[in-house]
Amino acid sequence: MPILSAPSHPLANDEVARIRNDFPLLANELNGRPLIYLDSGATSQNPVSVMEAEQEYYEQRNAAVHRGAHTLAVEATDAYENARSLVASFVGASPEEIIFTSNATEALNLVAYSLSNASSGRGGEAARPYALGPGDSIVVTEMEHHANLIPWQELAARTGASLRYIPVDDDGALRLEEAAAVIDGSTKLLAFTHVSNVLGTINPVAELVALARKVGALTVLDACQSVPHLPIDVTELDVDFMAFSGHKMLGPTGIGALYGRSKHLRAMPPFLTGGSMITTVTMERAEYLPPPSRFEAGTQRISQAVALGSAVNYLAETGMARIEEWERLLGERLVAGLEAVEGIRVLGPRSGQPRIGLASFDVDGVHAHDVGQYLASRGIAVRVGHHCAQPLHRRLGLTASTRASTYLYNTTDEVDAFLTAVTEVRSFFGASAIGGSV
Amino acid sequence: MSSELESLYQQIILDHAKRRVGQGSVDPSSGAGSELAAGCSTGESHQLNPICGDEVTLRVWLADSRIERVAWEGAGCAISMASASVLTELVSGSTRDDMMEQLDCFRELMRSRGTVVPDEEVLGDAAAFAGVSRFPARVKCAMLAWVALEEAVLAANS
Repeated sequence: MPILSAPSHPLANDEVARIRNDFPLLANELNGRPLIYLDSGATSQNPVSVMEAEQEYYEQRNAAVHRGAHTLAVEATDAYENARSLVASFVGASPEEIIFTSNATEALNLVAYSLSNASSGRGGEAARPYALGPGDSIVVTEMEHHANLIPWQELAARTGASLRYIPVDDDGALRLEEAAAVIDGSTKLLAFTHVSNVLGTINPVAELVALARKVGALTVLDACQSVPHLPIDVTELDVDFMAFSGHKMLGPTGIGALYGRSKHLRAMPPFLTGGSMITTVTMERAEYLPPPSRFEAGTQRISQAVALGSAVNYLAETGMARIEEWERLLGERLVAGLEAVEGIRVLGPRSGQPRIGLASFDVDGVHAHDVGQYLASRGIAVRVGHHCAQPLHRRLGLTASTRASTYLYNTTDEVDAFLTAVTEVRSFFGASAIGGSV
Repeated sequence: MSSELESLYQQIILDHAKRRVGQGSVDPSSGAGSELAAGCSTGESHQLNPICGDEVTLRVWLADSRIERVAWEGAGCAISMASASVLTELVSGSTRDDMMEQLDCFRELMRSRGTVVPDEEVLGDAAAFAGVSRFPARVKCAMLAWVALEEAVLAANS
C-alpha cells in the first residue's frame, strides 16, 4: 500500500481549478449553461483515476476472489483486499474491521439484522449479549436519514424492544440535555448521524458515545456525510459501528462499507448467508468464517471496491484536512450568503457556527421543487425534497427544502453564482403569494 | 430568462398557482345550503407524491353524472397547485364522460415528452401544461390532482 502524503498549504481556487480537470463531468453544460454541481451530498462526481481503476480491473484482473488457484484469481483477490486495506487506513481501522456492502443503507441493515438474528438465538453463547427483547430500548435522533431510522424501527418491531429518540430544537440542534434522560439502563443501542445530511450540523460524537458507554449500549454512527468531507479516525471517535457509502466520496455506486469493532464482529451472527462465508457445511448446518468474510456472502463488488480504493487514494493525496478547511470556507460562504437574501430561511447552524459545505433552506412562498427547477435553468444542480429525512422536516415545519452541497472541486465563484440565482427566485415566481398550505 | 423555463412556467400556471380556484374545505357537508342537492353523490381522494411531499385531497360532488362541484386542499409546488386550480375550473359543470375525455387527453399530453400538440378545445387552460411534458420529473406534479379527480369520481359512483 503506497504511503501518501498530502501538501500542507491550504486549498485555494487555483488548485481547485486543476482538481476540476480530473472530473470530466464537471466540464459539462446543464440547460445550455456551464454546470455548477452543488449536489455532492447526494452523490459525488468521479475523477478519471477512479473510472480507470474500475476499467483496469476488468481489463487486467477480473476473476472471482477468495477461490480458484489460477493467477488471475490471486490478482483479483489481492486487488480486493488491497482496497479493503486502503479504506481501513483511510478511517483509522484495521482491515478485518471493514466489511464491504452495497451502500451505507445495507451496512446499517447488516448491523440491525445481525442483532435481530442474535435476538432469535442465532450465534450461540457468544452472540447472547447482542440480543434485544421487550424491556430493551434502541435510541436514535430526530435528525436521522431514513436509512438510520427505519432499520431500527424494524428491529424494534421484530424484537419487542422500544424505539426512542433524542429530539432536536427549533434550529435543528440535538437537545443533549434530554439525551441523558432518553439513554438509560434499558438502552442497548444508540444510532446517530455524525453530520446531518439536511442541516450540515456536526454532532458531538464524544458526548453521545460517553452517554451510551455509561449504560453499556452499542453505538452506531452514520458517517455518510462525514467520511467524505472530514478527516476521520474511528478509534478516536470510539464508536462500535460506522457506516459510509462509496459514491459520496468520489467512488462508484454499488459499494459502501461498515466498520465494526473486532470484538463485536467476531461474536455476531451473519446477516446474509451463502457462499464465501463458511468453513464447513453439511446438509443440516454450517460453520462460519471469521469477520469480515462472515459478513460478505456471495460474489462481492470487486470492481467497485477497487475503484473505491482509488477514490480513497485521491482523497488522501489531496489531504482530508485541506478538504475539510476548504469546504468549511465554502459552507460559511453559502450560509452567510443565503442569510443575506430576503425571504430565505436557512436550516441548521447559523453563519459562524460549525458546519460542512452543505446548506438547506426554505424560500418563503416558493416550493423547493420550483426553486430547484429555477436553479437548473441557470445550470445549477441542487437537491430538493425531504432528503430522506421526513421526521426532521416535519419537526421544522416543512415538507421539503432545497439543499446545496459542495465538495473539494467546487469554487467560490460557483457558490457566488448560486447565491445570485437564489436572489432571483422569488421575483420569478411572484412570491410571496405562492406556496404554503391551507 | 431561459425559454425552457418559461415553457414550463407559463403565465397561466403562475397565475393559477396564486389564485388557486377550488382550494378550500373538502368536508362532505361543505357548500351545504347552496344549490347542491341532497341527492348529490360525493367522493374524495388523497394523493401524495412521496418524492417531493406534494399532496392534494380532492372532493367531487356529482349529480346525474354531472360534476357539480370540486373542492381541494393541498400543499405543493407551483405546477401541482396550478394544475388542481385549472382542473377545478375546467371540469366543474362537465358531464362525467366529458371529464373522462379531458383526463385522457391531459394524461396523453403529459406522457408525450413534448411530442403532442395540446387540444385546446378539450383542455382549455390545461393546455398550458404542455411544456411540463418535457420535464419528466415534473409530470407527476401536474398529474397529482387529475389522479385524485379520477379516484374521487370512482369513489362517488361506488
